[in-house]
Amino acid sequence: MSENVAGPVSFGNVGEARWYRRGAFASQTAYVAVAFVLITVLVAVFTHNFLSYGNLLNTSKNFSYIAIVALGSTLVIITGGIDLSVGSVMALVAVLTVILMKFFATTFVASIPYLGITLAVLGGLLVSALVGLVNGLLISKIRLSPFVTTLGMLSICRGATYVITQGRGQAPAGPQVDTFYSLTDGKLFGLPVPLVYLLVLAVVMGVALRQTRWGRYVFVLGGNERAAQLTGVAVSRVKISVYILCAMSAGFAGILIAGWLGSAPANLATGYELKIIAASVIGGADLAGGVGGPVGAVIGAALIEVIRNGLALFGADTYWEQVFVGTIIILAVLVDRLRTREAE
Amino acid sequence: MSASALASRDHTPVLQLSGIGKEFGAIRALSGIDLTINPGDVVGLMGDNGAGKSTLVKIIAGNFHPTHGTIRFDGAEHRFDRPLDARAAGIEVVYQDLALSNNVSAAANVFLGREILRKVGPFRFLDHRAMNARALELFNELKSETRPKDLVKQMSGGQRQAVAIARTRLANAKLILMDEPTAAISVRQVAEVLDLIRRLRDQGVAVILISHRMPDVFSVCDRVVVLRRGEKRADKLVSQSSPEEVTALITGAKEFA
Repeated sequence: MSENVAGPVSFGNVGEARWYRRGAFASQTAYVAVAFVLITVLVAVFTHNFLSYGNLLNTSKNFSYIAIVALGSTLVIITGGIDLSVGSVMALVAVLTVILMKFFATTFVASIPYLGITLAVLGGLLVSALVGLVNGLLISKIRLSPFVTTLGMLSICRGATYVITQGRGQAPAGPQVDTFYSLTDGKLFGLPVPLVYLLVLAVVMGVALRQTRWGRYVFVLGGNERAAQLTGVAVSRVKISVYILCAMSAGFAGILIAGWLGSAPANLATGYELKIIAASVIGGADLAGGVGGPVGAVIGAALIEVIRNGLALFGADTYWEQVFVGTIIILAVLVDRLRTREAE
Repeated sequence: MSASALASRDHTPVLQLSGIGKEFGAIRALSGIDLTINPGDVVGLMGDNGAGKSTLVKIIAGNFHPTHGTIRFDGAEHRFDRPLDARAAGIEVVYQDLALSNNVSAAANVFLGREILRKVGPFRFLDHRAMNARALELFNELKSETRPKDLVKQMSGGQRQAVAIARTRLANAKLILMDEPTAAISVRQVAEVLDLIRRLRDQGVAVILISHRMPDVFSVCDRVVVLRRGEKRADKLVSQSSPEEVTALITGAKEFA
C-alpha cells in the first residue's frame, strides 16, 4: 500500500472559507447573540431599573425555567423531531412531585431526614422519563409522526394533571420543605439556583453533543437518518434517549417552578411549549433537523425574557411580548436564510 | 504492487456465488447466478432496470438471503443476516445516494458507526484528532483534495464520493460494491471516481461496479457481467467484448455471449 501514498495532497483546487464564514461565527446562534447583546444594552440604557440587582435576579430566574426545557427541546429538534408535550409534562411532574411530598410527610419516611423530598423529586423525574419513553417508543419503533404523538401527549398530561388535582393547586409540605425551597428557589454564590442548574446542564449538554459518540449520532439522525441506519447506528435507541432527556428537562423545570411559586397549580406552564420551541428556534436550532446547540437555546430563551422585561420596564403593554417574540422568530430565520443564500 | 502480482499471490477467490436464486412470492428476480471474483478484479455489473442487479447486490451486501444457492466469501461459506454482518466479513457498499450526513464533517462521516474513542475516567469521548488524521491519510491514498474537518454540505460531488469510498477503506475490506457511483456527477468528477476505483484495484481490493454508463465500465473494468431477466447472460473480459455487444446483451438483441 505504501507506494500508493504520495506526498500530502495540495488542496490547490479547494478553497477554505474565511474564518468569519466558518464554524460558530457563521451560525444563526452568533447573529442572535449579537442581537441579544444589542437589545440588552438598549434596554439597560433606556430604562432605570434593568440593571438593578433585584431585576437581574428575577429576569435570570424567569428565563432559566424556559431555557432548561429549551435545552431538552433542542436535542429533539436536532434529531429532526419536535416535542409539544413539554409544557404539560412540567405541570404533571410539578403536581405529582408536590403530592408525593405531602404523601411521604404522612408516612414513616418522614422520620428519616430528607428522604421524603428525595423520593418525591425522583418520583417526579421518573414519571417524566416514562412520558419521554412512551413518546420515543411511539416515534422510533412505530414510526408515528413526532408532531402528532407529542400533541397527543400534551393533551394526555394536561388532562391527567387536572384529573389528579381536580383543578386545585398543590402546595409543597413536609418536614424538610424549607430545604426543598432553598434547592429550587435559593441562591448559590449570589446566583439564583435555577440559573446555576441551567449553566451546568448547558455545559454538560455541550460536551455530550460535541465530544461523545451519542452526540454525534444525535446530529447524524437529523442530517441523514438512513445513513445512520446503514452504518450500524442504533437509531431507535438514540431517538428514544433524546425524547426521555427532553421530557426529564421539562419535569425538572416543573419541579423548580413549583418551588418558586410555593405551589403547583394545574394550569402551570400552559402554552409554554411554544415559548420553549421558540427559544430553541431563535437560538439557531433548525426544525428540519441537524443543527442546534445549548448556547443557542440559552440565548434564545434569554432574548425572549429581555424583551418581555424591557417592555414591562418601558411601561409598554406587556401583551406586545408575543408580537415581538413572533417577529424575532421570523427575523432570525430570515437573516439566516439571506446569509446562506449569499454564500452559495 | 500491481493487480496481477496480487492475484497470482493469492488464488482464493474473494467471492464465489453458486446457483444464487431469489424469488419474491411468484416473482423470480434472480435464478442460477454463478459468479467468481478474485482479489483486485474490477467487474462491471450491467443490465436494464429490473434485470436483477440491485437484488444481486443486496444479497451480497446482506440485505436479504438468497432463496437458492450459496455465497462463499474469502473461502468460507457465509449467510449474512444484516448488512453489518457482511461488513464485518469484509464487504463494503458505496450506496447510490452515498449515505452521507451533510451536517457533520468528512471525518465524522468516514467514521460513522465506527468512531475512535478515548477513555477519560469513566467516560469515553470522541478522539477527533485521531479520526481527522486517519481520514486525511485515507483521502491522501485516494488522492482526493478533501479536508477531514470540512462539512460534507460544502463539498463537490467528487469529494463526496471520496468520503463514501474512504469509509469503505477503514477496515480492510476485500470487496467493495459500488451502486451507480457516476450516475449524478459531472464529467470531471466521473474521471475522479474512476481513478479512485483504479487505486482500490491497485491495493488488491475487488470492486463490483454497478453502472448504466458504458464508457465508465469499459474504461475501468476488467470484466463485464450482464444480467437480463434475472439470469446471467454474459461474463467476459472487457478486452474481448465491445459496447455494441454489451448493449445487445442488455436489450436482449443477443441472448448469450
